[in-house]
Amino acid sequence: MNQLHRHLLTALAVASLAACSSVKLDDAPVETRTGTAVGAGAGSSTGTGAGSSQTRVAPVDVTGTSNVNYSNLPRIVYFDFDSYVVKDDYRPVIEANGKALAADRKRHVTVEGHTDDRGSSEYNLALGQRRAEAVVRSLTLVGADATQLEAVSFGKERPAVQGEDEAAWAKNRRAELASR
Amino acid sequence: MALLSFPLSQIRFARRFALAACALALALPAAAQFRVEISGVGATQLPIAVVRFRDEDKSNQSPSAIIRADLERSGAFKIVDANGTPLDETSQPRMPEWRQRAADALVAGSVTRLADGRYDIRFKLWDVVKGSELGGQSSAVDAADLRLAAHRIADYIYEKLTGEKGVFSTRIAYVTRAGPRYTLRVADADGENGQVALNSGQPIISPAWSPNGKELAYVSFERQKAVVFVHNVASGERRAIADFRGSNSAPAWAPDGERLAVTLSREGGSQLYSIGKNGGDPRRLASSPAIDTEAEYSTDGRHLYFTSDRGGSPQIYRMPAGGGGAERVTFSGNYNISPTVSPDGRTLAYITRAGNAFRLVVLDLATPGAQPQMISDTNDDEHPSFAPNGRLLIYATRAQGRTVLMTTTLDGKIKARLPSQTADLREPVWGPYGR
Repeated sequence: MNQLHRHLLTALAVASLAACSSVKLDDAPVETRTGTAVGAGAGSSTGTGAGSSQTRVAPVDVTGTSNVNYSNLPRIVYFDFDSYVVKDDYRPVIEANGKALAADRKRHVTVEGHTDDRGSSEYNLALGQRRAEAVVRSLTLVGADATQLEAVSFGKERPAVQGEDEAAWAKNRRAELASR
Repeated sequence: MALLSFPLSQIRFARRFALAACALALALPAAAQFRVEISGVGATQLPIAVVRFRDEDKSNQSPSAIIRADLERSGAFKIVDANGTPLDETSQPRMPEWRQRAADALVAGSVTRLADGRYDIRFKLWDVVKGSELGGQSSAVDAADLRLAAHRIADYIYEKLTGEKGVFSTRIAYVTRAGPRYTLRVADADGENGQVALNSGQPIISPAWSPNGKELAYVSFERQKAVVFVHNVASGERRAIADFRGSNSAPAWAPDGERLAVTLSREGGSQLYSIGKNGGDPRRLASSPAIDTEAEYSTDGRHLYFTSDRGGSPQIYRMPAGGGGAERVTFSGNYNISPTVSPDGRTLAYITRAGNAFRLVVLDLATPGAQPQMISDTNDDEHPSFAPNGRLLIYATRAQGRTVLMTTTLDGKIKARLPSQTADLREPVWGPYGR
C-alpha cells in the first residue's frame, strides 16, 4: 500500500469515526431504570470510537515473495519417526554438499527442516529445526564452514506430499538443502 | 451460501432458533458463522426470549438473531421461542404469558433508520420472574456497525444476567489456507465480518493479539524462514521484530504489551527469549539442551507456561517470567503441548496425545492433584485459546477432511463450529476486550 492510499484510508477512518456516536439510554427518550449499568467498553461507550474504525482491518499482500533456487546436488535427507539422526543412507548427500561448500567458500546453503503434520505448528517447527541443525552439524564434519550454513525449519507447514498415512508422513520427515 | 449448504447431520440437535436464523440469513450477505452443537446435558442454562426487533428487517442485519446466537453459543442461556406478539423497548410485555413459555428473561427492541443514514438501535431487558425491567440502552451507529451494536447488546444482557463480562463484541484472528494461499484474518467472535489482515504465498502461524487488541504478532515464512512480525491491524503497518539466524517463532505478549516471549534458534536449539515489541536485543529466558517453545504468560505476568521436551517427551512447564527454575505442570500422558492459561489463572488448556488422537484438555490448576479433563472427541485438535472472560475456548480441529474452528465451554458441553467450504481454518486466537 502506498503512502497516498494510507492517508486516504486514515482520512476515511477519521471521517467515519466522526459520523458515529453512541448515546446512553439516560439521554434518549426511552424509559429505563439502569441505563448506565454496563461500564466502559460495552455498548454504552461514548467518544471511544464505537464505530467503523474499530471494525476496519487494512489488508496487506506479500504474495509476490521470491522462491528459492535449488542446486543440482542431491538435496533431501529423510528421518525416522521422532528422530533427528542423520542416517548412513544419506552419507552421499552430506558428502556431495559438504565437498561443494568446501570448494567454494562463497557458497551458502540453507538447510530446511520439515516434519509430518501431527501435533502443533510450533512444536513441529522446533522438531524440524532440530533436524536441520543435525544436518548442518553433519555438513561441517565433512568440510563445510558453519558460516556457510543456516538451519531453519518449516515444521509441518510445507509437506512434500499430502496424506494421512505412514507413507506420506515418512516423505515429509525430511531436511532439504537450498542454495541461496 | 455457507449456511444452507452446511450439512445438517453435523448438528447433533438442530435447534429451533437455528432454523429461524437460517431463514433470516437469506437476507444477509454470504458469510460463515459459528453453528451451535450441543453435546450432553447438565449445564445450568437461563431461559431467555429475544423478540424480533421492530423494523430490523428494514436494516441489513438481524440484531435479534445475532443476539440469540451469541447467547446460545455462550452455553449460559437456553433460547426460548419468541414468536408471536410483536414487542419493542417501549412495550409493557404481559409477563404471565412469558412465564408460561418458561422464559426467565425477555429482550425486545427496535431499529430505526436516522435521517443521516445511521441506525438508532434500542433494546430493553426484563426479568420475567420478577416482572421488572433490568435495563436497556440506545445507540446510533453506522450501518456497518449494526452487527457490533448487536454483539454489545448481547454483552450487556450476558453481564446483567450472569454477573460476568460478555465476549460477544470481541474479535478472533485465524489463518486460512486455500491451495497455495495463506491468509491471516480478523473476524467478529461469532465468525462473521471476516476481514483480511495479510495475504501470503507462504505459511503464517501463531498469531497473538497484543493486550490492547490493536496489533497481532505472528510468524510468517515470507522470507523463506520463520520470522516474527508485529502488525497493526487497522493500518496494516507491520515490522519484523525477530529475524535472527535460524528460526524465530512462538510470539507471546507480556501483559504490559511492551515485550514478547519468542522462541529463537540463533544460539542453536529452540530456546525462549524476551524481546521488545519493536525488536532489539533479545534476552535469553532459559537455557536447556532441549526444545523450549510455545510460551504463554499468565495474566498477572508473573509466570511463563511453555512446552519442553527436557524430560524426554513434550510436557508443559512453568517458570518465573524473568527466567529461573521451571516446574513441570503436566504429568499424565507422554505428549502434552500448546498450553494456554485462563485469565483468572485457574485453568490450563492444552493438547494431549491419546493414542493417535490429539485432544483438547483442561486442567484445574487451583486444585492440587486435579486430573486433566478431555473436552473434545475429535482427533486433531490444535491451538486452544481462551476467550477474555475465561468461559469459552476456541481451537482448530479436523472434520470431514477440512480443518475447522470450534468454540467450546470448559465442560465441553456446548460447542459451536465455524465451517468453511473453501479453505482450511487454522491457528485461532481470541482477542482481548478492547479493539
